[in-house]
Amino acid sequence: MALIVEQLLNGLQLGVTLFLLAAGLTLVFGIMGVINLAHGSLFMIGAFAAALVAQAAGNWWLGLLAGVAAAAAVGIVVELVVLRRLYARDHLDQVLATFGLILFFNQGITMLFGRQPLMVALPAGFQGSVEVWPGIPYPTFRLLILLVGLLVAVGLYLLIQRTRIGMLVRAGATHREMVRALGVDVRLLYTVVFGLGALLAGLAGVMAGPIGNVQVGMGEQILILTFVVVVIGGIGSVRGALVAALLVGVVQTLLSGFVPGWLRQVMPGSEADALGSALSSMGVYVLMAVVLLVRPRGLFPAHA
Amino acid sequence: MRNFVWLALLLAAAIALPWAAEAAGQPATIGLATRILCLGIAAASLNLILGHGGMVSFGHAAYYGLGAYTVGILWEHFRLGEPLWGFIPGTNELLITLPVSMLVAGFAAALIGALSLRTTGVQFIMITLAFAQMLFFLFVGLKAYGGDDGLLIRRRNIVPWLDLREQDQLYWLCLGFLVAWLVLQWRIVESRFGRVLEGIRQNERRMAAIGIATYRYKLAAFVIAGMGCGLAGALTANYLRFVSPDLMAWQKSGDIMVMVILGGVGTLLGPVVGAAALVGLEYALGGITENWQFFLGPILLAVVLFAPGGIMGLLGQGRHRRG
Repeated sequence: MALIVEQLLNGLQLGVTLFLLAAGLTLVFGIMGVINLAHGSLFMIGAFAAALVAQAAGNWWLGLLAGVAAAAAVGIVVELVVLRRLYARDHLDQVLATFGLILFFNQGITMLFGRQPLMVALPAGFQGSVEVWPGIPYPTFRLLILLVGLLVAVGLYLLIQRTRIGMLVRAGATHREMVRALGVDVRLLYTVVFGLGALLAGLAGVMAGPIGNVQVGMGEQILILTFVVVVIGGIGSVRGALVAALLVGVVQTLLSGFVPGWLRQVMPGSEADALGSALSSMGVYVLMAVVLLVRPRGLFPAHA
Repeated sequence: MRNFVWLALLLAAAIALPWAAEAAGQPATIGLATRILCLGIAAASLNLILGHGGMVSFGHAAYYGLGAYTVGILWEHFRLGEPLWGFIPGTNELLITLPVSMLVAGFAAALIGALSLRTTGVQFIMITLAFAQMLFFLFVGLKAYGGDDGLLIRRRNIVPWLDLREQDQLYWLCLGFLVAWLVLQWRIVESRFGRVLEGIRQNERRMAAIGIATYRYKLAAFVIAGMGCGLAGALTANYLRFVSPDLMAWQKSGDIMVMVILGGVGTLLGPVVGAAALVGLEYALGGITENWQFFLGPILLAVVLFAPGGIMGLLGQGRHRRG
C-alpha cells in the first residue's frame, strides 16, 4: 500500500514535469505548425542557469528566477533568429534545423561547464518530508513540484480561456489562417507563445534539477517522452497535454516500479531486472501506439 | 548523357579509393568510406519512402538495428553451436545472413507499416518513432544477446572468393551492394509503382479518387525501404564486428534522416552524398576540435536556411521544392 501511494505520487510528479514541457511544445506545434526538437535544450538551459545561480548566490529561489528567465530569453532569441524563417517550410526542414540547434546547445553547454553533472541542493525548508498518509512519508520538494505543476495548469487554463491573448491562442490553434486574415499581428503572437513555451520548459528544468542530475543530454532524454505526451493528448490541446502527461507519468513510474518485481518471481534476479526495465520503458510507447491506432488525432484533438 | 559520364567517373573514383588511400598512406580512410557506404544504403532506403512517398519515418534505424542484430545473433548461435529456439542453426555465411537480415527487417517493416500507415502527418512521424523505441528497449533488455552492452562478433562473415578480413575487400563488397541498391531504387522510382508513389506524395486524396488503393502502395514501399535498411545494418555489423542497441536508438533515426535532407530529398544520389557529407564533416571537424558539434549544428542550420534543396540542390540537381 505504502509503495503504491509513493509510486503514484512519483508518477504524478513526473507527469507534471512532462506537462510543463508538453504545454509549450503542443502550443508551438498546434499554432505555428513547427516541430521543435530543441525544446529539450530549453529545459537543459533552465536547469543549468538555475543550478549556477543557486550555487553562486546560495539561494535556490534566485536560481529559479534565473533559470526561467534564461530559458525564456534563449527561446525568444531562437524564435526571432531561426524558427521565424521556418514557419512556411515543411516538417523536414524544421527537423534538420532544430536538430542542428540541439548539437549547438549541447556542445556549447559542454564547452562552458564540462561533462560533469551539477548537483543542486534542495531549497531551504523543503529538505525534509511530510506524512501524506498515516505512515507514508513523502519528500516535501516533490510535493512542491506537484503544486507548481498544478498551479501552472490552472494559470494556463485562465490565461487561455479568460484573456485576450488566450483567445488568440485558441483561435490560432484551430483557425490559423483566419486569425491572420483578421489583422492580428501573428508574428508578435508567435514570439509570445514561443517565449511562454520556453519559459515553461525552463521551469520544468529548474524543478527537475534538485531531484536528478543537471547534465548535458538531459533535455533529449525527456524530449521524446514529451513528444509522446503531445501526440497522445492531441496536438495543440493544452488540456490534452495535461491528461496525457499525468497518464504517461503514472504509467511509466508504476511499470518501472512493479514489473521487475513481478518478473523476479518467474526468472532469475538480474535478468528479471534488465527485462523488466526494458518492458516498462516500452510501456508508454505501446500506450501511444494504441491511442493513435484507436484515435489517430490523439485524445483531445484541437483542430475540429 | 552528361549525367551518365559523371556517374561513371564517380563510380571509377569510388572503386579506386582503396588503392589511392594505400598510396597516400591513409588506410584509415577505407574504413571511413565503408561506413559512408553502409549509411548511404540506409539513407537511400529512407529516401524511397520519405522523398518519393512523402512518408516521414522517424524510426528507420529500427530496421538498421534489426539487420545488424540478425547477423550478430546468427553469429552468436554459430559460435555457441546451439540453434536459436532449438531449430534455427546459427551461421557465419554472408550469403545466408544478408538475405535473412533483409527478411527480418522487411517482416518488421510490414508489421510496423501496416499499423503506422493508418495515421498521417506528425502522428505518423511519432508512431514510427514509438515502434522503433519499443524495439530499442527490447534489445536493451535482452541480456542473452548482451543487452545494453551489445554483442561482439569476433570474425566477419565469410563469402566465397572474398576475404572480408581485408578491409578493401569489405569496402568493395559494400560498394557493390550500394550500387545495386541504387540501381534497383532508380528502376523502382521510374516504374509505374514509383509514379504512383510520387502521386501519393503530391496528393494522396487525388490518387485515391482515381481509383488507386494508396495504402497498399505505401505499405509495399515501406517494406522495401525496411529491407534496404536491414541490408545496410547487416553490412554495418560486419564492418563494426559489433552490434548494440545504439544502432536503433532514435538519434540514429535522426542521423539517417539528416543525411537524406542534407544531401537532397527525392534525389537518387542525394542520401549517399548526405551520408558522405555528415560522416566527413564529423571526421574533419573532429580532427580540428573536440567541440565539432558546436560547429556542425550551425552548418546544418545554414543548409536549411540558405540551401533548401540540400547539397544536390546546390549542385543544380535537386528536385524543385517549395522554399
